[in-house]
Amino acid sequence: MWYNLNNMSFKKVCDELNVVKSCRQYGLTLWQCPNFLFLVLGFIVIFTILITYYIANLYMPDPRIAALIVMVVSAILMIIGNMIVQSFNRLAKANQSKSEFISIASHRLRSPITNIKWMLSILMKSNGKEIDSEQLEQMRAIKENNDRMNTLVNDLLIAARVDQGRLILKSEEMDLKALVEQLIKEYQPYAQANHIALHLQSDQDLLKVFADRTQIKIAVQRLLENGIKYIKGIGSVKIRLINKKKSVRCEVEDTGVGIPKQEQKKVFQKFFRSQNIMRYQTQGSGLGLFIAKSIIQNSRGKIGFSSQENKGSIFWVELPVKL
Amino acid sequence: MPKTILFIEDEPTLQKTVGSILQKEGIVVKSALDGELGIQKAKEILPDLILLDLILPRKDGFEVLEELKKEEKTKAIPIIVLTNLESAKDIERAIGLGAVSYLVKANYELDEVISKIKEHLK
Repeated sequence: MWYNLNNMSFKKVCDELNVVKSCRQYGLTLWQCPNFLFLVLGFIVIFTILITYYIANLYMPDPRIAALIVMVVSAILMIIGNMIVQSFNRLAKANQSKSEFISIASHRLRSPITNIKWMLSILMKSNGKEIDSEQLEQMRAIKENNDRMNTLVNDLLIAARVDQGRLILKSEEMDLKALVEQLIKEYQPYAQANHIALHLQSDQDLLKVFADRTQIKIAVQRLLENGIKYIKGIGSVKIRLINKKKSVRCEVEDTGVGIPKQEQKKVFQKFFRSQNIMRYQTQGSGLGLFIAKSIIQNSRGKIGFSSQENKGSIFWVELPVKL
Repeated sequence: MPKTILFIEDEPTLQKTVGSILQKEGIVVKSALDGELGIQKAKEILPDLILLDLILPRKDGFEVLEELKKEEKTKAIPIIVLTNLESAKDIERAIGLGAVSYLVKANYELDEVISKIKEHLK
């Protein structure tokens, strides 16, 4: 690696050599991090040289020539390796810039969205006198669209945080049943309007879990919302809360369109939307399950699902009952 | 005597929206568009409560919070942070500096914000 030491301060050189720091900066694990891989590659090459030298010394009349050849080959290998690492670095930086851009843009969008939301709530309250029912209906439509925009921006922000390795969650004692009851209350009007019944079954004396309440609400909300959204016609969504040995399991079962078998592998991928729902449900960012998975896994929990096309799906999460 | 709130927020639209509702509730609302002016006004009018955004020109919300909590005259005034920053780090920092409540604008309806303000004014 060619460094122009004249133009580089000592601190900068140290920063360049601090592999763990640069890996963290990109939000990558050590084994995904180009800088760390390059270091490993270097050690392997040095080790190979020494072994070769040792073997050549034992079995060849003039081992110095063999060692020289190996050293030249190794040098070429290292140069090539370094070129690969540089490319990875450029890619990682580009990816980081993209996540930062999404994060900043989403954050900037939040203020006008909040302004619209709050101003609309003032306007809608002054109905009865100056606003007729048709105008009120139009305002509700604006509110609904604004709420959708808010959810999308929130989803983009969380996804960007996951990409940057900045999704920091608290671990506090929380009542999962109370949270699910609150969500059911919030989603009841939406479900009723779509002829969908919401049911809750819970074990008695459900254990308290340790997780970040606000984030878990987002994760369970995405599962419940999907359950309701992907039911064609009349149907139901059942939520079950079950005590397990070291965790509490929350299952969300719907009678929806299900996920085709060949697409099930991709369900938790970012921007995934299954082909059978795209035909009639155009709304949705494809970020909901990616976010739910990231939140649950960062909460030391587990997430999974089983699904049959045209019959429905069961999505489940398990959260730890101990710190 | 009516209660007074100082609203330190750099967005005039939001200041008007929240301000008009609070005024209807019989609360006097004073406003400042940047951090430095906010500190100055807080010292002058000694409001019953301060509503503070974190992203502000000249001095950011954290600096405002720190300065007001250091100052003898203003340290007892309850400060509610009303912002769109929602990372755990920012929340911890603001609460650690002495904010009584931390509200993320995008996650609250206007009614909820108003009732939180009224709770702290009692």
